[in-house]
Amino acid sequence: MEWNTVSCKSGLKIIVCIKQVLVAQDMKIDPITHTLIRENMPSMLNPLDEIGVEEAIRLREKYGGEVTVITMGPMQAKEAVLRCLAMGADKGIIISDKAFAGADTIATAYTLYMQIKKMEYDLVICGKISTDSETGHIGPHLAELLNIPQICYVKKVDLDIEQRRIIAQKETDEGIEIVEAPLPVLLTTAKDLNEPRSPTLKGMVSSKRKEIRIVTAKDLGGSLSHYGLKGSPTFVDEIYEPSFHKPRIILQGDPKEAVEKIVQILLKDKLINLRS
Amino acid sequence: MLEKAEEISNYKDVWIFIEQIDGKLKDVSLELLGAGRRIADKLGEELVAILLGYKVNGLVKDIEAYGADKVILVEHELLKQFTVDAYTKVLVELTLKYKPSILFIGGTSNGRELAPRLAARLNTGITSDCIDFDINKDRYLIHVKPFGKLMAKIICKTRPQIATVKPRTFKKLEYNWNRRAKIIREEIKINPEDIRTKILGILRASKNPYENIEEADVIVAVGKGIGSKENLKLIYELADLIGASVACTRSVVDRGWLPSSQQVGQSGKTVSPRLYIAIGISGAMYHTVGMKNSDIIIAINKDPKAPIFQISTYGIVGDLFKVLPLLIDKLKEEVKEVKLSIKKME
Repeated sequence: MEWNTVSCKSGLKIIVCIKQVLVAQDMKIDPITHTLIRENMPSMLNPLDEIGVEEAIRLREKYGGEVTVITMGPMQAKEAVLRCLAMGADKGIIISDKAFAGADTIATAYTLYMQIKKMEYDLVICGKISTDSETGHIGPHLAELLNIPQICYVKKVDLDIEQRRIIAQKETDEGIEIVEAPLPVLLTTAKDLNEPRSPTLKGMVSSKRKEIRIVTAKDLGGSLSHYGLKGSPTFVDEIYEPSFHKPRIILQGDPKEAVEKIVQILLKDKLINLRS
Repeated sequence: MLEKAEEISNYKDVWIFIEQIDGKLKDVSLELLGAGRRIADKLGEELVAILLGYKVNGLVKDIEAYGADKVILVEHELLKQFTVDAYTKVLVELTLKYKPSILFIGGTSNGRELAPRLAARLNTGITSDCIDFDINKDRYLIHVKPFGKLMAKIICKTRPQIATVKPRTFKKLEYNWNRRAKIIREEIKINPEDIRTKILGILRASKNPYENIEEADVIVAVGKGIGSKENLKLIYELADLIGASVACTRSVVDRGWLPSSQQVGQSGKTVSPRLYIAIGISGAMYHTVGMKNSDIIIAINKDPKAPIFQISTYGIVGDLFKVLPLLIDKLKEEVKEVKLSIKKME
């Protein structure tokens, strides 16, 4: 493995993986590749990634260092990167190339890994899920490829810079776990980790002067067969309209009559137990 | 990555990762035994349950009774608490030894951390939140999952084919006391240094009575049609009357009216109660994939063209602010009658 272990002397090096997500109502699917059409579609910065950017900026404000946001996607993703820079992130990297199209989560994480492994980092932060594909795979995939520990669904972060370790609170189905891990570590964000700031006008102006690097498949190196649809172990074989069972009784007109009928049915079929 | 046909044919059997917490089985694992049983039978292969933990052999009986042909049991002190490092290590070793074709993992908080980490280490494909499975003519697993407003069939070219499934997507098989499975104990070496994350403390949350939507028999669900957080009191009043949990759509969570733990749908939970009352919910695919398996669905919506009516058993077309108070009053009336008749009997 070629990842770098760094000291925190020059402050924290934080990488935040972000995604420009499609606005839910407008998702369209490419009839040939069966993947989401992302180019020229209404989109926004994934809300859970925004929480990751906010946390990174807060940690930098406390400990010093540098926040780099990384995204893989069409060049349109620049809007999302600019928003992060306007919030206060220091640098942006857009990994963009036709070769990356149609990537599933494994191929996407590999692409991010090929870039991140060349960089220095103490923390890598990913959103818990993206609101358009909602897999939540990228964080754990990437932690595995980088061979670093992962803490998912983090709702509170405490760093011990001297000891180079993190103590985090994570949300689980059963409640909360308090987890300690050495740096570097990968975190995924829970919704209540923080309340992200809105970019200020000053932030927006200064974001235009910050560095955004465009990285292509050639820059990343490695075999093209590992990227995009070719590098993806899964593919969409078929897309179809879901069929639901037909409605039975829809009551219109006088709401009072409708309510009475429904309550009759509920009681007759023992669907409810009334609580006195 | 394994893509050659002859190598793929070396991979056999349907594996279910059985999750336990504090020595209690997660329901989703038993539901997956149900889903896996059907797929294993189609393939003519075995259904294998993988149980990791410490002093958990007492759980084997239930796993047999819910349909497994074989149980691979790994017990180790360092598996007592779930950690992604230890559990990944054990599953990788087992996978390399036995070469399963399919691995289903419940979409719990632990499962969703484990499954993608494992897939990346094995360099194999993973599909999240599947709602159905089938087998194609080449004996590959068809993963069915929602994709935008449509449904997608996803194929995995590598082995094992890993899938996660949300709780309550499938039903458990009937408990069959007489079923027996072959038990295989595996010893796997785990060192404390293998586990990079140390659990310092665990706080088990006490849940509010409305929140337990995954276990609920009756759910009252609310969409953005409710208009404001204050108006939720109508929903609680109805829920209290009929002993229901309260669920909601994503737009309600986004507006901060209810916590995400109560969200049903593609980015929330999947539920299948006996009765699901959808109030002010238009019925977008993102929501309905999480509740369409409910036995009875009742929708209240002012728009007669709302897609929720397409999947409803019963529907009332009307303004929820008119319908709900009427419904609550009518139910209160019924409660009174019940009380009266009890008094008469006394």
